[in-house]
Amino acid sequence: MGFDQYHEPPEELPPATRTFARLCASLTEESEALGWYEQRIAVETDPEALAIMRDAQGEEFKHFSMDLEFLMRRTPAWRAVAKGILFQTGDVVEHGEEAEAAAFDGGGEGAQGGYADGSLGIASLRGGMR
Amino acid sequence: MNHLLRSSAPISDAGWELLDGEARGRLTPALAARKLTDFSGPHGWDHSATNLGRTSALADAPSGGVSGLQRRVLPLIELRTDFELSRAELRDADRGADDTDLQPLDRAAHQIAVAENVAVFHGWAGAIAGVSESSPHEQVSIGAGPSVYPKEVAGAVERLLCEGITGPYGLALGREQYRAVVETAEHGGYPLLDHLSQILGGPIVWAPGVSGAVVLSLRGGDFLFESGQDLSIGYSSHDDDVVRLYIEESFSFRVATPEAAVAMKP
Repeated sequence: MGFDQYHEPPEELPPATRTFARLCASLTEESEALGWYEQRIAVETDPEALAIMRDAQGEEFKHFSMDLEFLMRRTPAWRAVAKGILFQTGDVVEHGEEAEAAAFDGGGEGAQGGYADGSLGIASLRGGMR
Repeated sequence: MNHLLRSSAPISDAGWELLDGEARGRLTPALAARKLTDFSGPHGWDHSATNLGRTSALADAPSGGVSGLQRRVLPLIELRTDFELSRAELRDADRGADDTDLQPLDRAAHQIAVAENVAVFHGWAGAIAGVSESSPHEQVSIGAGPSVYPKEVAGAVERLLCEGITGPYGLALGREQYRAVVETAEHGGYPLLDHLSQILGGPIVWAPGVSGAVVLSLRGGDFLFESGQDLSIGYSSHDDDVVRLYIEESFSFRVATPEAAVAMKP
């Protein structure tokens, strides 16, 4: 153990990058756990043990998805690419190429806007008194 | 590149950041509906309708032995306002000028904020049923002067309570009424704004475009704003002198509990 999620000296990294790296490490761990449970479930024959492992794997689905959503919220370009790929029907590779081209070949960061959809990101203003 | 075509505009990244920041700064104070209604989304430019969970009967079936229903949806509306900016001004901004003339953008931002407020609070014929026109409560006047506002607002809150509509409550005030409230102190110097806040338990909002005032419950689930494409700046065209842009959004609005609001005439 230690601080091996950092590739560069941690003291030289800004806090936001350290948080990003921690969540990336967490995403990796959740992904590994999903793979481990998948293998265990494939060979287990005891129904009670199977039920427990399926339940545990469901937890990892949730953890993985939360990590991923957090990372994409903090990384508009990642979100823009993912939006073109995730939950789409059709050819995955084709969607990937199109999403990458749309996100990175269509102009600089300013032209993309601060938000993945190019909007001003105003959304709800509940909670403010003006 | 999406439908906004922003990367086709002759505007630098720094220029876009300037325009987006200016638009946000102008829009946010004026978007009253977003401060008082439930917001969902944004669901994207390709989101075209809100599910109402309701159906309409169909007169015939395509063949015998079956019946059919047609789903009812609420189509999203698109709001758009066009403006143009001087390219010379944008070039100066890139050089570091800090007094860039963005008045056309400011005007457009205000126009679309007002339109959103009017659509939500007063409706848009054939497209949106607004809060005040949906309310079954009799529309009384908010009063000739700010001194009677507490009485009228308290009366509106009491009417909502009688209907079983709990708070906190918010108050959208038209420009004239808002100005009257913030400039008025009651007997002993107590600010009218604070008095009204205590009656409502919720925010008092400057709502340009609103005629009079609207008191509405903020308990949630009563007034539903569904965003497709959230407010965005897009690119239309340019020549040597100007770049033509627009501010655009798509949304639907529906009132789930008409009795959860009381509208007051000016």
